[in-house]
This record gives sequence, C-alpha cells and structure tokens, in this order.
Amino acid sequence: MTVAKVEITVNGTRHAHEVEDRTLLANFLRDTLGLTGTHIGCDTSQCGCCTVHVNGQAVKSCTMLAVQANGADVVTIEGLAKNGTLHPVQRAFTECHALQCGFCTPGMIMAVAGFLKDNPKPSDEEIYRGLEGNLCRCTGYINIVKAVKRGSELLAGGKA
Amino acid sequence: MYSFSYVKPATLKDVSAFLKSNPEARPLAGGMTLIPTLKARLAQPSHLVDISGLEELRGIEMKDGRIAIGAGTRHQEVARSARVREAIPALAYLAEHIGDPQVRNLGTIGGSVANNDPAADYPAAVLGLAATIVTDRREIAADDYFQGMFATALEAGELIVRVLFPIPKRAAYQKFAHPASGYAMTGVFVADSGKEVRVAVTGAGPGVFRWREAEAALAKKVSAEAVSALKMPADDLNEDIHGTREYRANLVNVLTRRAVTQIAGR
Repeated sequence: MTVAKVEITVNGTRHAHEVEDRTLLANFLRDTLGLTGTHIGCDTSQCGCCTVHVNGQAVKSCTMLAVQANGADVVTIEGLAKNGTLHPVQRAFTECHALQCGFCTPGMIMAVAGFLKDNPKPSDEEIYRGLEGNLCRCTGYINIVKAVKRGSELLAGGKA
Repeated sequence: MYSFSYVKPATLKDVSAFLKSNPEARPLAGGMTLIPTLKARLAQPSHLVDISGLEELRGIEMKDGRIAIGAGTRHQEVARSARVREAIPALAYLAEHIGDPQVRNLGTIGGSVANNDPAADYPAAVLGLAATIVTDRREIAADDYFQGMFATALEAGELIVRVLFPIPKRAAYQKFAHPASGYAMTGVFVADSGKEVRVAVTGAGPGVFRWREAEAALAKKVSAEAVSALKMPADDLNEDIHGTREYRANLVNVLTRRAVTQIAGR
C-alpha cells in the first residue's frame, strides 16, 4: 500500500491529507471530508450521481483518483450555494420540482451547472445530450429538462 | 482496485525513462478506460504514471498543413477548438459525440488511440483521415498502427505524443451509438482527400478497418448510389446482445451512405 500527501481545495477550503494512492475522489470527499452530498450510485462511471467540478469542469468523482486532484479546486454540491443563497440551477430544480427520490439530484445539478457554463442557452437536443452522463432511476426527466431551461434563464439574469 | 503506486514525473523524458525501467507501470491520462478497468480488477499495474500535466502533450496547432493534436488533449477541447471545427468539422463532431460530457472533460485522444477499443470513435477518424501517430520514439502511419482488438503498433512503454491529421477536402462521420454507453455499434468515417476517398469502419469488427470495396466505388463517383448495392461480408464482424453480425454489416452500408450523402454536396 502506498500513500500520498495531497492538498485539495474543496468548496474554497484547503485540505491537506494523506490518502492511499488508489483512493477515489468520491471516497475522499465522502469518507475523509464527510461531504456526503456527493453520491455514489453505480460506482461504474455510468450514473453520474458522483459528479463534482474539478477546476471548473464536471467530472465523475468515482472515476478519478484523489491524487489526480492534487492541487486542484474542487466544488461539490455542498459548495454550490453562496452565503446561504442557492445557485440558480439549485433554485431551478426546486422551482420545477425536478426530483422524485432525490438520489441523482446532486449529480444532476453539478452536471447541469457544468454544461450550462459551456452552453448557456441549450436547445432541447443539446439538453438531452448534456444530461447523457446522468441517470434518474425514477425517470423524472421531464421536470429535470424543464429545470435546465429554467436554470439557463436564471443564470442569464431572467426574472426570479 | 489492487494497490499501485502513483507517480507524476515532470517531463516527457522522465515519463519515458520511468516506463522503460518499470515494465509493469501504466501511463494514466484521462483515466476514462483505465480507472474502470482497475476498479474491475482487470489490471494490476505496479505504478500509474500520471501524464496529464505534461506540457509536451498539450495543444492543437497547424503544422505543415496538418493539424497536430497533442495526445493529452481532452475530447471537449477538440470538439470546441475553432481550428479543428474550421479545418476538419467531422473530427470536431466525432469528439463531441464521444461518451458523455463528464467523460469528454477528462478523456484524451492519445488515450483513446492507444487503447484502440474496437468500438471507440477516434480510431475511425485516425484511419479515415490517414493520420500519423507521433510517439516518443517515431512516427507511425495509421495504416500500420491499428492491429485489431485493443492491439496497436505501440511497443512496450512507447507513448503517443501527438496525432497529425492531414486536412481533407471533405469528410463526415456517422455513428449508430449504443443508447446507454454512446459507444459505436458501428461508426463510419468517410474522407475525401482530393486524391483518394477512404472509408474507415469502427464498432462493427474486432478493430477499426477500411472498407476497400466502398473506397474503390467512391473513387469513381462520390455518391450514395455508388455504394448502395455493395454488401459488407458479415463473417468477420462482431456479434453480441446488441446486434447480430448481419445487422452490423447492414449498418456499415447505411452509415457509409449517410456519410457520403453528407459530403456529396460539398
């Protein structure tokens, strides 16, 4: 077993820890830092529940080693709201009731917040493709798609 | 995952030296295939050599009339590159349709080409465009590089540094994606360089291959009719729960016609 020292900034706070080389970022966030909002659904890179942002980009934290994120800036669902104000995508998911059981929701929100940065006004087709990396086992996609559109409006400064 | 040691050398030279002296070490780029492989305990490398930070593997630039794409370039970067979109839009389109957004944010062209998954997208473009693979030791022509299922001309410890794509007159990529994984059930890349038309097929066989019969027909005329009567022999194609080999043989013809129709007007 080999161990590495990592320094990872998570939600604005710098964390220095020793981790086993084979520790996944998802396990580091959940088990070492106690940030259990990042869910592990399938653990095989398919469901997207574990999506977080690494240096501003959405990635699946079950398919990345914690050591790969050494020196990186990581944002999890816990860090998306600022000073008690929900991120526009979080607000959109609330307004549109874009969840049923809620298990996929943190990953959905992180994925949507990620791809809206690259494509602020996606077409329906682009929304479907943008959500390809995330599964909702309740199949509640209709309201999730609505929430992506609403999130896009809110991010553009649309009426609250 | 079995235990391994993680190392991150600072330069390409250091990586090459490390891989040479540690034959059981594996390079780690985006990890989109390697990490799931490790999690399934299908591999047990002594070391993972992180090459994701290497400057030598970065960048998309024009080089002697070809586009040089660094092996460490992410799929998303290729998809969005203004240079690629202008010179080879079919290549940007292909990159934009690999996997899902999270995979495209990490996966790299070098990793995809080195792994040579029989259903991966990039091998179709590399072979169709007659690209050149530049490694830390030599240059390899696409026609010599791909050698069947997960097999390539790469020697032990040899690392892809960049891929050089000649700019075609016109090109198109059409794939029939598996709806869950996004992998190509069959994908066809058609490229007309002005001198020759190449048809590269991925997903259908044990590895990417050229459909020579279609190329010969298209050499006379670039039109869907020229290939519509051709039959791809099904004998050597893949068969699995997703489709029979006859189904895939038919897909090869359908997707070739679609790709040709897409470029015929240009």
